[in-house]
Amino acid sequence: MSKEPLSIADYPLAEKRPEIVKTKAGKGIDDITLDGVLSDQVTLEDLRITGRALRQQAEIARAAGRPTLAQNFERGAELVDVPQDVIMRTYELLRPGRAKSKDELLAAAKELRDVHGAGAVAAFIEEAAEVYERRALFKRRY
Amino acid sequence: MTEETYPRANRWKRFSDWDDRPLRLDQFAVEDAENGFSAFKSPHDPKPGLGLAAGRVESMDGVLARDFDMIDVFIARYHLDSAVAPEAMAMPSIDVARMLVDMNVPRSELVRLAHGMTPAKLADVVSHLSSLEIAFAYGKMRARQTPGNQAHVTNAKDDPLQMAADAATAVAFGFDEIETTMRVARNAWSNAVACAVGSAVGRWGTLFQCSSEEAEELKIGMAGFTSYAETVSVYGTEKSFIDGDDTPWSKAFLAAAYASRGIKMRCTSGAGSELLMGFHDRKSLLYLEARCLCLQRAMGVQGTQNGGIDGAPVTCTVPGGMRELMAENLIAVWLDLECASGNDARATESEIRVGAKILPYLIAGSDLICSGFGSILKYDNSFNASLLNGEELEDYLVLQRDFEADGGLTPVSETRVMDLRTRAVDAISAVLEELELAKPTGDMKQSVIAASGSDETRTFSGRDVAVISETIKDRGITVIDVIKALAKRGFEEEAANLLQLVRLRISGDYLQTSAVVRDGRVLSAVNDPNDYHGPGTGYRLRDVRRDEIVAIRDTLTRQEVLRVEANYKSAESTRILYSAIGPADISKDGRDVVIGISPAFGIKLFQTVAGHPLSAVLRALITGIREGGCTARVVRMRHTADTSFLGLSAARLAGSGVGIGIQAKGTAVIHQKDRLPHNNLELFSNSPITKLDHYRLMGANAAAYARGDMPEPVIVPTRGEAMGSRYHARVSLIYAIETEMTSEGAPPEEIDIAFLGAAA
Repeated sequence: MSKEPLSIADYPLAEKRPEIVKTKAGKGIDDITLDGVLSDQVTLEDLRITGRALRQQAEIARAAGRPTLAQNFERGAELVDVPQDVIMRTYELLRPGRAKSKDELLAAAKELRDVHGAGAVAAFIEEAAEVYERRALFKRRY
Repeated sequence: MTEETYPRANRWKRFSDWDDRPLRLDQFAVEDAENGFSAFKSPHDPKPGLGLAAGRVESMDGVLARDFDMIDVFIARYHLDSAVAPEAMAMPSIDVARMLVDMNVPRSELVRLAHGMTPAKLADVVSHLSSLEIAFAYGKMRARQTPGNQAHVTNAKDDPLQMAADAATAVAFGFDEIETTMRVARNAWSNAVACAVGSAVGRWGTLFQCSSEEAEELKIGMAGFTSYAETVSVYGTEKSFIDGDDTPWSKAFLAAAYASRGIKMRCTSGAGSELLMGFHDRKSLLYLEARCLCLQRAMGVQGTQNGGIDGAPVTCTVPGGMRELMAENLIAVWLDLECASGNDARATESEIRVGAKILPYLIAGSDLICSGFGSILKYDNSFNASLLNGEELEDYLVLQRDFEADGGLTPVSETRVMDLRTRAVDAISAVLEELELAKPTGDMKQSVIAASGSDETRTFSGRDVAVISETIKDRGITVIDVIKALAKRGFEEEAANLLQLVRLRISGDYLQTSAVVRDGRVLSAVNDPNDYHGPGTGYRLRDVRRDEIVAIRDTLTRQEVLRVEANYKSAESTRILYSAIGPADISKDGRDVVIGISPAFGIKLFQTVAGHPLSAVLRALITGIREGGCTARVVRMRHTADTSFLGLSAARLAGSGVGIGIQAKGTAVIHQKDRLPHNNLELFSNSPITKLDHYRLMGANAAAYARGDMPEPVIVPTRGEAMGSRYHARVSLIYAIETEMTSEGAPPEEIDIAFLGAAA
């Protein structure tokens, strides 16, 4: 990360700061060309956002006075490399009545923190577990 | 005294007329807060309030922290800015309401205050504003300066060919986003590929979403076909939320998941959803929606689709319903959320209510004025009909032109649309063939390109589409495969356009608030913030954009009028010969009726607005005069082109003292020599519906007046046609041709009329 937080003057990054916009494999935005796709130099993996880009956008959102949007981007940054099935499983577990106890949610939070390094998301799920318990959401709905 | 008895009617028939109007298909409901039917105020709405201790929320809107439901907890924890709240909550609501419509109070200051306000406080403030004030405040407070619009692109057959053609068409009309959904859930992948390809035709940058089941939608997004999502719904009561099968945390997690996949996302909420779901807690629609909106900001989503949405129709059944929809949109933008401002579900059968509903948004502007303008026909809309649809799209284009307001759309020529539809159908066909998904026939393609809606297409069967869709899904086909297929088959431009769109994900620039892509650039509330602070600021139509908006089709010019008249000239020259035979004198013959024709009559203009050749009109008038036992004399007036003065001048030349004045456009008058200019005997002002028989009767009546009789006036029956709207542009241009030929003091000229050949 750059030392100075990004500001709204750096936005849009692809236009104002193209040198810091990189794919996971380190390609620059100008490397993502049709020729690249046709010669298999560019894959779907190269068309994914990175955690770094999301944190950069979080800095911009914060500079623009949108701290909650920044927090969402930061949670998103933690989920970039989390596999799709884990994402969908966690989402499903957070829906009402899916988890039968607080422990199931706490276990999901632990996995996200320990395996995927998603500390903020984990804390968020732990918070949900507290509230769900108080609001009696751990009951079967169908 | 005895009263005459007569049968009494039991009903004024106007009510029967009203019964037959589309309006009466709308159901209206009595205001009833106990049952959730109250727009702005319910006795069960809490008083605004906030208890803070050491930065922690101890109570909010009358509820103690220990009694908070999930929504309260989330709002208290993530929405409320405790540094601002004491100041914001202490301000009288009426003062804040005035700030919202005060151009000298900057948007940023109001946004700062909103972040310290509870739902009840926000609702209380906006409830002080009239509809006009809400619209004004909305224009001031919306986040991105440049307005935009969103289209629905769906069809009743889930036909990928039509999907691609209609997507390309919507893109051409200027929509910033297009949203599809399907009749049959498993067709999602086919729809996604078809819309992605279609929206890459013509230009790049239109964002695309495929509304489907949450998990499926995210998968389609990960395969690269879609670029945004807006189906993440939230609700204002805990029970509705749970029945919607989610919680604030599950939805917020989903929001983060979308961000992690580089997909733009907004939530959806709207008045009436809790009412429809049966858990309204006896609260007003606005208060519940204020909770939804605070929740969305708390979740960290960049925007909201709100303004009733699926609840708009029920909201519009209560008094103040439409004002409430505007008020909730105002809260959304005041909280600094992108707002896709509803105007989607068709809330009424009344076209007047439709027009009235859209107008404030059109003139105030909005990030996305409709969160689903039906770019297709009503019956093809798989979301259900929108407020505005393919049928009415041109009406909307004209409203933009009328009010010089940027509604996000641009007129497109017929040839351009055909080119794009053809290209889109060819492109999706190439992809289907190249990926061995299907082989569309020439007949299928041709029927789709020309079709206004799916009733007119001969295309894939429902089963074919399901197979295509499931194959895409099962084979794991991604946007990369589609880009390659396009390029391989010669659609390099579309391949490059599609790649550009997916490439947006790398930087994530379009994840910021209110982002759209214009001319290849991401435009959002960050780099295009609304800076409205009075006249001359904020969004203004630049000349180049105004030129686009005003360029609707089939507009009339003077050249066009002259061209049409020239076409009639040669035909008329075979029917009639006008010979000037010198200055007209006053006749002494008591049976003499003069027809005063206008300066350009038969010289530059040859037919009436109704389309009658002037030779036939003259023939009818003369026949009528003769039938009435008088003689007709034709005189060309050169000093005036005004009907009244034509008639009066003719009457003063006539031995009978009765004259007819007639303009080339067909407007005519019967006049008498001693009357005031505008106090004529009979006037025939509705020339577009005046028939030749009327002119003949006019001649006969003129003769009757000449004989001293009192005839029954000739009535040209009207059914209330909007004559002015239909004809005034043409009439003004025609009349200018007449007035140009007048010359002050020029004497009337007697004309010898010879009818040639058969009557026209």
